[in-house]
Amino acid sequence: MTRFTTAFAKPHPALVAFITAGDGNTAANLDALVAGGADVIELGMPFTDPMADGPAIQQANLRSLAKGTTTADIFDIAAAFRSRHPETPLVLMGYANPMTIRGGDWFAAECAKAGVDGVICVDVPAEEDPELGPALRAAGVDLIRLATPTTDTARLPAVLNGAGGFLYYVSVAGITGQQQAAQASIDEAVARLKAATNLPVAVGFGVRTPDQAAQIAKVADGVVVGSAFIDIIAEHGDAAAPHVEAFTRSLADAIHGAKEIAA
Amino acid sequence: MTDAPTLPNSLRSGPDDRGHFGQFGGRYVAETLMPLILDLERHYRAAQADPAFKAEFDDLLKNYVGRPSPLWLAQRLTDHLGGAKIYLKREDLNHTGAHKINNCIGQILLAKRMGKTKIIAETGAGQHGVATATVAALFGLPCTIFMGAVDVARQQPNVFRMKLLGAEVVAVESGAKTLKDAMNEALRHWVANVHDTFYIIGTVAGPHPYPQLVRDFQSVIGDEARAQILEAEGRLPDMLIAPVGGGSNAIGLFHPFLDDTDVEIVGVEAAGEGLDGKHAASLAGGKPGILHGNKTYLLQDEDGQITEAHSISAGLDYPGIGPEHSWLHDIGRVRYEPVTDAEALASFQKLTKLEGIIPALESAHAIAAAERIAPTLDKDKIIIVNCSGRGDKDIATVADALEVKL
Repeated sequence: MTRFTTAFAKPHPALVAFITAGDGNTAANLDALVAGGADVIELGMPFTDPMADGPAIQQANLRSLAKGTTTADIFDIAAAFRSRHPETPLVLMGYANPMTIRGGDWFAAECAKAGVDGVICVDVPAEEDPELGPALRAAGVDLIRLATPTTDTARLPAVLNGAGGFLYYVSVAGITGQQQAAQASIDEAVARLKAATNLPVAVGFGVRTPDQAAQIAKVADGVVVGSAFIDIIAEHGDAAAPHVEAFTRSLADAIHGAKEIAA
Repeated sequence: MTDAPTLPNSLRSGPDDRGHFGQFGGRYVAETLMPLILDLERHYRAAQADPAFKAEFDDLLKNYVGRPSPLWLAQRLTDHLGGAKIYLKREDLNHTGAHKINNCIGQILLAKRMGKTKIIAETGAGQHGVATATVAALFGLPCTIFMGAVDVARQQPNVFRMKLLGAEVVAVESGAKTLKDAMNEALRHWVANVHDTFYIIGTVAGPHPYPQLVRDFQSVIGDEARAQILEAEGRLPDMLIAPVGGGSNAIGLFHPFLDDTDVEIVGVEAAGEGLDGKHAASLAGGKPGILHGNKTYLLQDEDGQITEAHSISAGLDYPGIGPEHSWLHDIGRVRYEPVTDAEALASFQKLTKLEGIIPALESAHAIAAAERIAPTLDKDKIIIVNCSGRGDKDIATVADALEVKL
């Protein structure tokens, strides 16, 4: 059993929570996510040019970099998290250049050393898998792939080939933190994806409230929330942890209970 | 598009079927865009094989853009430098005043072929934005141009031109608010509007097939230059020189000559305040990395964070370079030389006075390299310099640099 299989084997859907490393008091915010009931944590690696992100996460990237956050700092944050929280799966999410600048093998080894369970690289699609995929798999780190509304049935097998951890369904063709997808389109997409893979399917992009999250949790194995956390950290700065924990709890309650209400 | 056949061992056969030039290029985009990129590639392949597509492209280049552009023997500049004979490929005489329009014509024909109904583009100084807004007006398609807020402020005439042409200009407030951020924002818009929107990328960068198709559309420059120099001199030139930001005018001139091993090829990077200071010389001062959909030389720190570029020429003010240039650099086929702001500024004035041609500051970088090289060569040698654009757009920048109040 990996930490992912344990997390997704719980008797309820998973809350997958995203925050940007180095934005605010990251260690305290990570602890707050765990205390509030997050089942999987995505830690964003800041990048100067976050092409797939909306204004909230763009600003978080810039705030973090302005404070001087380095890749070494991020691995320190991850390793410290792992020693405090042995069970919660931790994912590094970011862009190709910071992940590959010292070579895929270096990055994969650092991930394994820090206790990182999975990696999401926004701009390494299946076609460019050699950039990171083989190195991560050899190091025992899952490469988590993204499927989107534009990923058609013909293309899906290529996306799933080499994918691990869980499948991240980007529910809107767009950037993070913007509009929410229609629930019917999410239901249809999740059913299609689950027919094609045994991996758990987590749904994200545009999910900001417990109500939205609960709707999605009725059909998905996990719900990803990011920009809403970033907004809280932007508002409260280094004192955000209690607010992060309270919001996490409201999301976790909604998601964890979603299928009971449905039944 | 270029007609010359490529040989199996040709330097002109790239990219491979995954869009790579050696280790460079590729398709480093979000999954949302990947199906569209593959669709674009399929349509481009079909267009290449369709004589009607080429006929329409050629017709527009001739009757709308005004091609072929002249190859001008710059006799007074040649005499002044006292060395090799210098010809200027006059891309500045194209409609809209630069080479950019060649590519825009090709891409809007592709957009039409794909049934896309909206056009977007990024722009730095505004030249590619103006060229895109121009073809969008010609084809009656709505057009949105993403431009860094800093560039919007310093390029007001071009902003107004785009608006007159019917385009919406979006001032991008993210990042450093210049070209790189405009490209990020165009990609963000595209990812949310892939179903009906065509992104006209302005240079030989971005995910495959953009570097290839932009090169192919710009290769008309080199194809013409080749025929023109053969007619004028009865032989190929000894050297080509062109400025390189992303590198579309340069690859357009170079590509038809890549297999002519006797033709020396020089690309000119913007060295800004000098390679020790702020500059935009990705090859001289950067290292390979991944940005905006392709792997190429980038200005970046040791963690792979992209650093800001600087050049007096807004068209060269970009922290990357087209992937084919990175490859040509690594295999040594093209030599890339840096030219500073100060050198370009001096050459801008020199060409204006000696030839009555006001070059774009981008083109002035190539003139500066020619000034450096020509005197070291015999008088029977021939250099073709790409005068990629006209300098009217740069008058305010030059006046400012010379501390002249307009």
